Amino acid sequence: MKKLINSPEKLVVESTEGFVAAHADLVKAHFNPNYLARADAPVRGKVAIVSGGGSGHEPMHGGYVGAGMLDAACPGAVFTSPTPDQMYEAAKAVNGGAGVLLIVKNYTGDVLNFEMAADLLRADGVAVESALIDDDVAVKDSLYTAGRRGVGATVLAEKITGAAAADGLKLKEVANLCRKVNASARSMGIALTSCTVPHAGKPTFDLPDDEYELGIGIHGEPGRTRLKLEPADQIAGRMMEPIISDLPFKAGDEVLLFVNGMGGTPPLELYVLYRKALALAGQAGLKVTRNLVGSYMTSLEMAGASITLLKLDDTLKKYWDAPVKTPALRWGC
Amino acid sequence: MRELTNTAVIDWLKALAQVYTEKKDYLTDLDRAIGDADHGVNMARGFAAVAEKVAPLTDQDIGAIFKTAAMTLISTVGGASGPLYGTFFLQAAAGASGKTALTVTETGAVLEAGLKGVVARGKAAVGDKTMIDALTPAVSAYQAAAGDGSLSAALDKARQAARAGAEATVPLVAKKGRASYLGERSAGHPDPGAESTALLFDALWRVAAK
Repeated sequence: MKKLINSPEKLVVESTEGFVAAHADLVKAHFNPNYLARADAPVRGKVAIVSGGGSGHEPMHGGYVGAGMLDAACPGAVFTSPTPDQMYEAAKAVNGGAGVLLIVKNYTGDVLNFEMAADLLRADGVAVESALIDDDVAVKDSLYTAGRRGVGATVLAEKITGAAAADGLKLKEVANLCRKVNASARSMGIALTSCTVPHAGKPTFDLPDDEYELGIGIHGEPGRTRLKLEPADQIAGRMMEPIISDLPFKAGDEVLLFVNGMGGTPPLELYVLYRKALALAGQAGLKVTRNLVGSYMTSLEMAGASITLLKLDDTLKKYWDAPVKTPALRWGC
Repeated sequence: MRELTNTAVIDWLKALAQVYTEKKDYLTDLDRAIGDADHGVNMARGFAAVAEKVAPLTDQDIGAIFKTAAMTLISTVGGASGPLYGTFFLQAAAGASGKTALTVTETGAVLEAGLKGVVARGKAAVGDKTMIDALTPAVSAYQAAAGDGSLSAALDKARQAARAGAEATVPLVAKKGRASYLGERSAGHPDPGAESTALLFDALWRVAAK
């Protein structure tokens, strides 16, 4: 294992320290329990948006703390859910009196820990809503598994709900908007290489040089199948087909096309994927009117990418376009 | 040993810190095969913190010791194991409140309450390839043997049943947790959570048999 770290045990805290030092105008950090919050939190009268998850997916979630997006983010250990005391303290700290929305990616650990945090907050009389993100079409048999995983739609949901909260929507409305984003989005990922969890010290899975994994999760969970490496255009096709064939897309729909890098794939390659995905969306009759291309939700140093399609309407477009000022996403401000 | 005393409970939790540290790489390797390669690390970190927190509680009742263990696990482990093992001890704490020793029957009730809590939180059933596959048969075996009045004999049955339950997860296809994403590919590997539960009962039996 070759990593730019001092020790696996100190990695998350040291990275957080560097992160807040670099972005002190936007975010502040709290340690024990660990969370990042907007520098100006709590924002009075605004619904607070809190998310969190294992570390190793940067810039998610800490990079999305700031005006127009998250009020707080709770980083867990690498690929491990944060704990209820983190979400509880973070939510209390950023609650501006209008309640707290918890955005939870559908992984067993995240769900259980956020459930416990919501229980603790309700016991304190804090108004709480939870919204689950489960957009990964790679998980086929969701009845007999822990269900579809939360992947690319998380970034889109955090942006859109953050803008809606800034616009003054009430807690229930923001929560329902988050659920709508999730219901309107589908994603699929691939991996060209594995990643190495620092405290494990060796690659999470073995993938031969001439193969790639179709349907990878963001923690190196295996996907649907393993295939011989193909040109990017073919890979784009294998990713787009299950996304488009899954509900809720139909010809004529306006969509946001999000091509996301897994950490080890350069923008040079991501745009090759975007080029073909855009063409395939067009062939399916979808109109791509918004996009996002870059590494916004990563799996450490894994090479690979995911594609997310979000069906748009006027509300979603308005809140997507609204100003955002965070360390990792910034426009209109 | 006829009763499970508060100091025995502390010894058990300290023993678990040692066991999970020793088995850290083993459990993490099991988790790498069908999960996300963090179970051993998380359990070792969590129980090391528990051992430190409960060590000074020798004058406290078992309910307080379990509750401390629960809150420590919930706040240090993360993943699914933190809430699940934390819930086990939190529910166990209720029946042990105010008691500095548990009879054979009371110990059974406490284990039963812990099991019920884990089932309610994780919503898994026997056969889903989770810690429930070790925990359920262990508690059943304990209850079946508890009538004879020997704590260590009942716990011996419990740890054997937990061990057998953990080994029986090998051919199963996971239906809960991260391993479920593998579908058929999860068969052929033991469940790391069932394995850590088997270790938990093994350590409890060793403390009681001393």
